[in-house]
Amino acid sequence: MLDGRTTLDLVIGFLGLLMILAALWSVLSKRLLSSVLLSGAVSLLASLVFLALGAPDVAMTEAAIGSALTTMVFLYSLSRMKVEQDAHEDGGAS
Amino acid sequence: MMKKVLLLAAIALLAFALWPFVRDVGLAEPGELATAYLERGPAELGTANVVTSIVVSYRGFDTLGEVTVLFTATAGVGGLLARRKSGHGRKKAAERGATDASEILKTASRLLSPLLVLFGVYIFLHGHLTPGGGFQGGVIIATAVLIGLLADPEAGLAHGVMHLVEGLSGFAYVALGAVGLWFTGVQAGFLDPRFLPLGELGRLASAGAIPIIYSLVGLKVGAELTGILDAMKEDAE
Amino acid sequence: MSDVNIVTLIGVALLLVGFYGALSRPNVIKMIVGFAIADTGVNMIIVAVGYLPGRTAPILDSAADAANAARTMVDPIPQALVLTAIVIGLAVTALMLSFAVRMRRSGGGMAIDSYGEQKW
Repeated sequence: MLDGRTTLDLVIGFLGLLMILAALWSVLSKRLLSSVLLSGAVSLLASLVFLALGAPDVAMTEAAIGSALTTMVFLYSLSRMKVEQDAHEDGGAS
Repeated sequence: MMKKVLLLAAIALLAFALWPFVRDVGLAEPGELATAYLERGPAELGTANVVTSIVVSYRGFDTLGEVTVLFTATAGVGGLLARRKSGHGRKKAAERGATDASEILKTASRLLSPLLVLFGVYIFLHGHLTPGGGFQGGVIIATAVLIGLLADPEAGLAHGVMHLVEGLSGFAYVALGAVGLWFTGVQAGFLDPRFLPLGELGRLASAGAIPIIYSLVGLKVGAELTGILDAMKEDAE
Repeated sequence: MSDVNIVTLIGVALLLVGFYGALSRPNVIKMIVGFAIADTGVNMIIVAVGYLPGRTAPILDSAADAANAARTMVDPIPQALVLTAIVIGLAVTALMLSFAVRMRRSGGGMAIDSYGEQKW
C-alpha cells in the first residue's frame, strides 16, 4: 500500500514527465503556434506542482500569469509580426 | 557541426553545475530565519498568510524594488512599441479580413469583466488571510481587461485613468511606507504596517496597514500589466 | 533514487530544455519561448528548495495555529521570492517580445541569423 508521501511523489513525477515532454515538444516543434501554446501548458502543469508543494500563492500567480497572460502576449506579438510582414510585402510590390 | 558540439558541451556543463540542487539534502527543519518568520509573523503583524507578511512587510523593500522593475519593463514595452503617427503599412482590422466577434462573445465578456475585476479586488483585499494578494489580484484584473480587449479589439482603453491609478497607487505605496517609518516608535522601519491597529487575527480589518498596502500593489500591478497588454495588442487605427 | 529530489530534477530538466531552445533555435520567437520555459524551471527549483516533505502551506487557519507553525509548515521565504519573480518574468518576456517585434518592423527576418550584419 502506498503512503501519502509516495503518492504525492508519484503525482509530481507524472506531472513533471508531462512538463518535460511538453517543453521538449515546444522547443523542437516546427510551428510557432504550437510552440507558444505548449509553453503555456508547461506553466499550467507547473502551477499544479506548486500546489502540491504547499505553495498556493505561487500556484495562483503561475496559473494566471504563465498560462493566460504570457500566452496572450506571445500571440499578440505573433500577430503583430504577421502584420509587419504583410506591410513589407505590400511595400515591395507597389 | 562545431556549433552543435559547443552547444551540447554548454548544456552538459550547466547540468553538472546544477547537480548539487538535484541531490536530496533531506532537510527536516526550516532554517532559523524561516522559523522566526513563521513563529513571529502572525503575532507581530496579525497576518494569517505568512507569505504576505514577508512580501509586504519583512521584505517590503524588495517588493518595492520589484514593482519598480515591473514599471521599468512596462515603460520599455510602451516605448519600443510606440504607435506610429502615420498609417504607413497599417490596415484596419476589417481590411485584413478579420471578422468581428460574435454577439454572444461580446455580451458574455461585458458580463464577465466586471465580475472578474470584483474577484481580483476580493483576492487582494484578503491577501493577509487567504492565498493570494496584490500580485495575483492585479493579474486577475489584467485578465478581465484582456477578455474585454479580445471580444472588442477596437475599443480604446481609458489611458488617462490607467496612468492616474498607476501613479497614485505607486505614490501612496511609498508614502505609507514612510508613514510606517515615522509613526511606530523606536523599532520602526520602512513599510512597517503597525501604525494601524493590528486587530484580531483572521478578521478582514486586521494586520495593520497590510491590506491597504497590498491593495495598492494590486492596483499598480493591474494597471501595469494592462498597459503591457494594450501596448502589445496590434493597434487598430 | 531516494537521494534525488524529484522536483528539483524536473526544474533542472526544464531549465536545460529551455536553455537548449534559447541557444539552438534560429527563430527569435522560439528563443523567447525557450527563455520562458527556463524561467519556469528556475522558479520550480527555488520553491522546491523551501519544500519540506509532509508539511502544509504557510497559512494559518483553524487546523494550523501559530503555536506550532514552525513544526508543521513549509519555508515561506522562497515562495515570497518566487511570487514576485513570476510577475517580473512576464514583464521581461513582454520586453523581449517587443524587441523582436521592433526588429521585425525595421525590416529583418524571423531568424536571428539575418541580423548578423547589423550594427546598432
